[in-house]
Amino acid sequence: MDGMHDLGGKQGFGPVRHSPRANVFHEEWEKRGNALLALAVKSGFLNMDEYRHAIERMEPRHYLAAGYYERALTGLLTMLVEKGVVSRDELERLAGGAIPLARPSAPGRPNAAVRERFAKGDRVRVKEDFIPGHIRMPAYIRGKTGVVVAESPAYPFPDAHAHGVHADDEPTYDVAFRAEDLWPHGADPALVHVGVFQSYLERA
Amino acid sequence: MSEHRPVAPPDRRVAALEAAFEARGLDARAFVDKQVRVSEEDWVPQNGARVVAKAWTDPAFRERLLRDGRSAVAELGLTMPAHHRHLVVLENSPTLHNVICCTQCSCTAYTIIGLPPDWYKDFEYRARVVRESRTVLREMGLDLAPEIEIRVWDTSADTRYMVLPVRPAGTEGWSEERLAAIVTKDAMIGVARL
Repeated sequence: MDGMHDLGGKQGFGPVRHSPRANVFHEEWEKRGNALLALAVKSGFLNMDEYRHAIERMEPRHYLAAGYYERALTGLLTMLVEKGVVSRDELERLAGGAIPLARPSAPGRPNAAVRERFAKGDRVRVKEDFIPGHIRMPAYIRGKTGVVVAESPAYPFPDAHAHGVHADDEPTYDVAFRAEDLWPHGADPALVHVGVFQSYLERA
Repeated sequence: MSEHRPVAPPDRRVAALEAAFEARGLDARAFVDKQVRVSEEDWVPQNGARVVAKAWTDPAFRERLLRDGRSAVAELGLTMPAHHRHLVVLENSPTLHNVICCTQCSCTAYTIIGLPPDWYKDFEYRARVVRESRTVLREMGLDLAPEIEIRVWDTSADTRYMVLPVRPAGTEGWSEERLAAIVTKDAMIGVARL
């Protein structure tokens, strides 16, 4: 989905609020929430693709207003409610207030029926896929051409894995794009490397 | 009822889930206590710093690290979660600078370089570093000479990245321990050079 989360290349943001001694956590609940995610994954209640997609499905105003660990918590609670591990009523009773969850999911899709094997140096184009479910293709590479630099070990296809659709493992390719090709006349020159799933790619 | 009641603050939502897990017979409290200690004490940038220092002093290890990061860090007793199937180590040079990000969420090799800092997860960094890398790095205090090429790595699959910084001049003969002490999380993300 072309969601709020897909921020690469969005304009209008100001300077990074950087500090060399930046905190990881600020409050105790952030640590405990992060640990509960680990417990939920370990218990087999959800996988990382389902979790990421649940965060992406957050109502955009909530997504933008929440900090990182509140987004993570919302994704976790959404999946646990959708999977029937806990009910929203039970959580709200225990919390003494409303529990905001993400919006419902659209259907996923299986791996591409035809997938090509690429080698280092091959020129590849990212397919112009517009899908309503989970996808790990940042929109800024859609339709763009780059060069394969390396192949990574195979991973479950996220567009399926986030939706309970059977997901075959498939390779991801490290594809190098020129920033000037991604945003003509609108980027600092650099190479932008993205790990791109095989199903998203065609030969250029 | 969700629409009309005040929203529970996040600490209450976390406590509610912990209680719901307990009610299902999961030993949530004990697990969480232990896991919080792991996240604070074990997932620290000192891990990656040891890896960098070893790569600087042991050419055979450096080669193994660049070829297969996950296996090489395991030699130092460092592990990665099962879904991080690959660790790619990006070596800087006097003419090449690597920087990592995750534009869609905030993925990192957190067991190796530590959990991501605030700014890495903020919208400013995620939106801008892929498109305005040199400008963003300059704003963050790293003014790279124009002849230094920049490569930005967007963590869009479950392969993880870390930057191997250039060993600073004047550190010849230093022990691994002393070298590790100068390696920072920022340098392994690639928003600083040492």
